[in-house]
Amino acid sequence: MEKFTTHTGRAVPLRRSNVDTDQIIPAHWLKKVTRSGFEDGLFEAWRKDESFVLNRPERQGATVLVAGPEFGTGSSREHAVWALQNYGFHAVVSSRFADIFRGNSLKNGLLTVVLPQETVERLWVLTESDPSAEITVDLENREVRAEGITAAFELDDNVRWRLLNGLDDISITLQNEADIAAYEATRPAFKPRTLPVS
Amino acid sequence: MGRTLAEKVWDDHVVRRAEGEPDLLFIDLHLLHEVTSPQAFDGLRLAGRPVRRTDLTIATEDHNTPTLDIDKPIADPVSRVQLETLRRNAAEFGVRIHSLGDVEQGVVHVVGPQLGLTQPGMTVVCGDSHTSTHGAFGALAFGIGTSQVEHVLATQTLPLAPFRTMAITVEGDLPDGVTAKDLILAVIAKIGTGGGQGYVLEYRGSAIRSLSMEARMTVCNMSIEAGARAGMIAPDETTFAYLKGRPHAPQGEDWDAAVEYWRTLGTDEDAVFDHEILIDASELTPFVTWGTNPGQGAPLGSTVPNPEDFADPQERTAAENALAYMGLEAGTPLREVAVDAVFVGSCTNGRIEDLRAAAAILEGRRVADGVRMLVVPGSVRVALQAVEEGLDKVFTAAGAEWRHAGCSMCLGMNPDQLAPGERCASTSNRNFEGRQGKGGRTHLVSPQVAAATAVLGRLAAPADLVSTNVAVEA
Ligand code: SF4
Repeated sequence: MEKFTTHTGRAVPLRRSNVDTDQIIPAHWLKKVTRSGFEDGLFEAWRKDESFVLNRPERQGATVLVAGPEFGTGSSREHAVWALQNYGFHAVVSSRFADIFRGNSLKNGLLTVVLPQETVERLWVLTESDPSAEITVDLENREVRAEGITAAFELDDNVRWRLLNGLDDISITLQNEADIAAYEATRPAFKPRTLPVS
Repeated sequence: MGRTLAEKVWDDHVVRRAEGEPDLLFIDLHLLHEVTSPQAFDGLRLAGRPVRRTDLTIATEDHNTPTLDIDKPIADPVSRVQLETLRRNAAEFGVRIHSLGDVEQGVVHVVGPQLGLTQPGMTVVCGDSHTSTHGAFGALAFGIGTSQVEHVLATQTLPLAPFRTMAITVEGDLPDGVTAKDLILAVIAKIGTGGGQGYVLEYRGSAIRSLSMEARMTVCNMSIEAGARAGMIAPDETTFAYLKGRPHAPQGEDWDAAVEYWRTLGTDEDAVFDHEILIDASELTPFVTWGTNPGQGAPLGSTVPNPEDFADPQERTAAENALAYMGLEAGTPLREVAVDAVFVGSCTNGRIEDLRAAAAILEGRRVADGVRMLVVPGSVRVALQAVEEGLDKVFTAAGAEWRHAGCSMCLGMNPDQLAPGERCASTSNRNFEGRQGKGGRTHLVSPQVAAATAVLGRLAAPADLVSTNVAVEA
């Protein structure tokens, strides 16, 4: 998992509420056997419409999604997070995220930032009128900054520490490598191994 | 204070215990199959991590494998990609795999025990909910999700939330014709599909001790249908006798050391369970499900229940919906429910004893006209044993189809599916809407009931055949 300290990028304002995981990545994409390559499935149904914000030339290369409330509801697919990351998003801002989606996103290094709806509105107004406007998501100082806007956000200390250090569940466990090795050294000899027996 | 079997196995696997953190447990055996492993391997690849213990990991193909024409290319592209991906991942990461066509291939929960890889006192995980099967050996075995599969591949450990313990004590003798499947269906009907939530179940009592190893696996297999995290049975002489001489069982001095350890695992006399349930085995009868969850079951001799009779409004609605989906009228005797198909197989009832039981009933009889019967061995080894005993001939002579090993119609990921509206008596473990094919209707039954049902074309127990015995003795 990549470290997240501070990220600055252009934004995609998504003025929709209750965006569920099936809208983020439709079910038929779940048959894939990889964790990458989901970018074309992101918001697939809406992207058929040329005027959809993600299709606008001025939004290409944007890395911060500013979404409406209740983002990520519906079935618990982790693929929704992968799709946003594969597309190039580093952070999503909303006034409210569905719990499971938020948990999945933070575990995978996609920073989901909760800001009051009025701040989200101001970010929408700013980035809609000026597509080149940049938003900075500063995890060290737990702050979102854009022209004329400075907003603090909250994040659990432990989660923040993990993101700042780029630690996923596995790397945290591997920090206890010595414990695992010590346990392995004491396992009884009679325990089976899967190596083929002749 | 004494400890339960589950607590002992847990304690023996704690790698790290720290305030405010879940215990980190060592995993002794990690079983893989093609459906839940691809993204876990891809995660390893993206992070540049190896499989920590390839020597504690084994893969088999089962969920998608066809049961006909197994030498031909697999028609369904999604199934084919999943199988090919598993093969590629196993080769790349150095994991032992048993692919379609291999003599050790089969349903993951049949293969582990049959190789002797599942042993008492172990922790066993697999990206599949019916991993609870392995608890029959006194192992702590549970299903995990794909991100946990990746975690175990990378670290051979898993951080786990604590559990509660429930004793399910079954005393007395099972009446003739009543099997482990009837027992577990009755348990689930009694405690409900959520009754085991957060618990590790321990099945105990004289009725459990007198079950064979395979029957014990049938019981533990369906712990998950009661909502439990796992189900276990204390190892005893039956367990040791089953294991002795299997390819991966300990040998020589190791065997003695292992048995000595295994004997210490049983729940202490003074241990306390968080919850206890008592069942009188002698009161059990052949059991079938009438609804769309495994808790919606009733004795075969009873009738389709009336939703009005359920006090709980949620259960009442569930029963109404189930009857509508199943196309059943309240009050209909279950014995009058006619079926279109019969499925014998799965990790619940696809082992050799199950096939023997079904064959014994079909011998000299015919599957009723208009009924399609599929017999799918749980593994290639089971199939070979059945052929050696001539069971395949009994099935085909009776008009049933004898297929290759795999999960097959248990979940219909391969071409073995029910058509919409078709009704099936199935020895599998889940009767959810569409589980065996879109619109398909499933009645969960024992292999004995399945075979008798095939002969009469309606839900039936072997005892019902006596008066209608059409067997022609040579
Ligand atoms: S036989 Fe059925 S329950 Fe068992 S592993 Fe296969 S699909 Fe799952």
